[in-house]
Amino acid sequence: MKMTGARILLECLKREGVDIVFGYPGGAVLDIYHDLNRDETLRHILVRHEQGAAHAADGYARASGKVGVCLVTSGPGATNIVTGLATAYADSIPVVAITGQVHTHLIGNDAFQEVDIVGITRPCTKHNFLVKDLKRLALTVREAFHLARSGRPGPVLIDFPKDLMTQSTEFVWPEEVRMRSYNPTYRPNLNQLRRAAELMAVSERPLLLAGGGVISSDASRELRALAHDFSIPVTSTLMGLGAFPGDDPLFLGMLGMHGTYAANKAVNKADLIIAAGARFDDRVTGRLETFAPKAKIIHIDIDPTSIRKNVEVDVPVVGDCAMSLEGLHEVLRTRDAENPHDWEASHAAWLGQLREWHDARPLTYSSDGDSLKPQQVVEAVQRITGGKAVYTTEVGQNQMWAAQFLTITEPRTFITSGGLGTMGYGLPAAIGVQFALPDRLVIDIAGDGSIQMNIQELMTAVCNRLPIKILILNNSYLGMVRQWQELFYEHNYSFTCMEEGQPDFVKLAEAYGAEGYRISTIGELDSVLPVALSSPSPAIIDVRVAKEENVYPMVPAGAALDEMLLV
Amino acid sequence: MRQVLSVLVENEPGVLSRVAGLFSGRGFNIESLNVAPTLDPSVSHMTIATYGDAQIIEQIIKQLRKLVSVIKVVEFADSAVVEREMVVFRVNAEESKRSEILRIVDIFRCKVVDVSLNEFTIEATGSHDKLEAILTLLTRFGIKEIARTGTVAMRRALQNVD
Repeated sequence: MKMTGARILLECLKREGVDIVFGYPGGAVLDIYHDLNRDETLRHILVRHEQGAAHAADGYARASGKVGVCLVTSGPGATNIVTGLATAYADSIPVVAITGQVHTHLIGNDAFQEVDIVGITRPCTKHNFLVKDLKRLALTVREAFHLARSGRPGPVLIDFPKDLMTQSTEFVWPEEVRMRSYNPTYRPNLNQLRRAAELMAVSERPLLLAGGGVISSDASRELRALAHDFSIPVTSTLMGLGAFPGDDPLFLGMLGMHGTYAANKAVNKADLIIAAGARFDDRVTGRLETFAPKAKIIHIDIDPTSIRKNVEVDVPVVGDCAMSLEGLHEVLRTRDAENPHDWEASHAAWLGQLREWHDARPLTYSSDGDSLKPQQVVEAVQRITGGKAVYTTEVGQNQMWAAQFLTITEPRTFITSGGLGTMGYGLPAAIGVQFALPDRLVIDIAGDGSIQMNIQELMTAVCNRLPIKILILNNSYLGMVRQWQELFYEHNYSFTCMEEGQPDFVKLAEAYGAEGYRISTIGELDSVLPVALSSPSPAIIDVRVAKEENVYPMVPAGAALDEMLLV
Repeated sequence: MRQVLSVLVENEPGVLSRVAGLFSGRGFNIESLNVAPTLDPSVSHMTIATYGDAQIIEQIIKQLRKLVSVIKVVEFADSAVVEREMVVFRVNAEESKRSEILRIVDIFRCKVVDVSLNEFTIEATGSHDKLEAILTLLTRFGIKEIARTGTVAMRRALQNVD
């Protein structure tokens, strides 16, 4: 059947299982929007800024495990999603972005609203395409989705010139997608697994390190089985929170710059680290030369470039996390059958030591009675929601306190910009999350700085009646930058005080048609917060917290993991 | 450590910038880069000469393989590779110097491809080191202009060891 380019695109999206598109119309995508408005199965969510569309698609992908889709126009529409693509790329999130492009014959002529978005996004997408031949459009969409969701997932961009949207061609759906130059390795090498098992069998102080890859490969069950059956404690990166239940006795909390004392000490003293789907980012390792000085390292990752990029590895395992962890479990079971090993007994002393570290230095803060402490607020959220909410965060202190003081028990329920650290991520991401999980309470843990970076998306939430709660830990500072200025820049609070440049967040919420709440005292925390969180409306909860509270523990940049500043 | 890589890529627009962008974005070095068609019109062949320590070279190879447009990356060990570059240059060749220049040209099996009253244009082919040697020897006569290709390389056919 002959169809226009615009129709073919929409048809392909549907066949790829897409039911929701986050977007913003404009000149170069008018033809797609012309058809989209009449389409009965594809739902389109109009955001208020293209960056919001990219983050919403990303949040949708993280919460659902499906590919998130955004659609924007050429030129500024396209450049506005670059931060969103870079965010998704840094955290390996499957997103397909469709950008309109000027007419084919105008490309390269500096036409109105023309940018070389394929050139601009080359380093922040997994791959990108410029559609030149309408006959290849269906295959291109197919390849884009295949690339986005397979292997190490990531964002893929399709740049689609306007003239091709109205031309017609025979629509042929390619049943199969096969790319000779792209074949990710899923199945781990059995010999490597056997070598890993041998190291595990002689280890007295092993540690599992879970990264975001465990979540993206849905490997939580396999991780739990390995930890429980072989009595191995687990730490997690920021991206890995939720991969392992936060309330499990084997869980040590997050490691790294703002990791727990127990987790960072454990890394320092472990004799074996089994890392899965983590890439040893500088925020995780601290000073590289002193990272895990006593440990052999088994590194499981689907992306070979992650292995030996930052740390030397003793056993590299290239493969899907779920398959690799399951494979490792099987090899260990087989080994046990021939040569029984009492895992619990051989790790008992180690687990005892970890418990001691945990009890000696739990995550804590000093409460001085008067002002609300941000940590206390996060704890109250945790208490009220009973851990049933899904969280997004902005970036900075709010993000770290959320990571430390929430107990995340399920994968895909703690959604944060880890790698890129994008302020303004949390609200649009929460919109995507709420569409993916319509029955869950979605809370954006925000700061007063970050929330203003994409506040316009509150309108999107209100228009779509999404009962998202934006909890602002309002300290009138760009808190994390202020913390660094306090600790490392002579208390010189250069341009980090927002006190005089701050809107009235309650009135702002009301102006958008949302509810606004303000909490300034412990009494209000107890009385207002439960009401606000159970409201059926979108709401901003402006919580006035202690202004100069710091996130601890903190490993100063360039220091070793056990050189933590503590409360 | 110098490393020559043979890279087969999809012959499509933008591939060169993906490869070049990878090197610049990650701070890898390119000594030379040569791109040419192969017998299969859908495939191009790049020969990339680069340098770095073993860990960097390993990353370069892995990162190249990760590019979606890259079909195959082969790393050459020094002994098993035929490696060639070509250079064309104009050198001052006054009457009194001509015979000496021609002797050097002869020793290195280069060719004089153009002659004018005071200059020779010389074409030379060989390994990177050989071309360096020729240029060093002729520099003192005054090289006026030079055009040089990157390295192309190919694995040697398997040698019969008996």
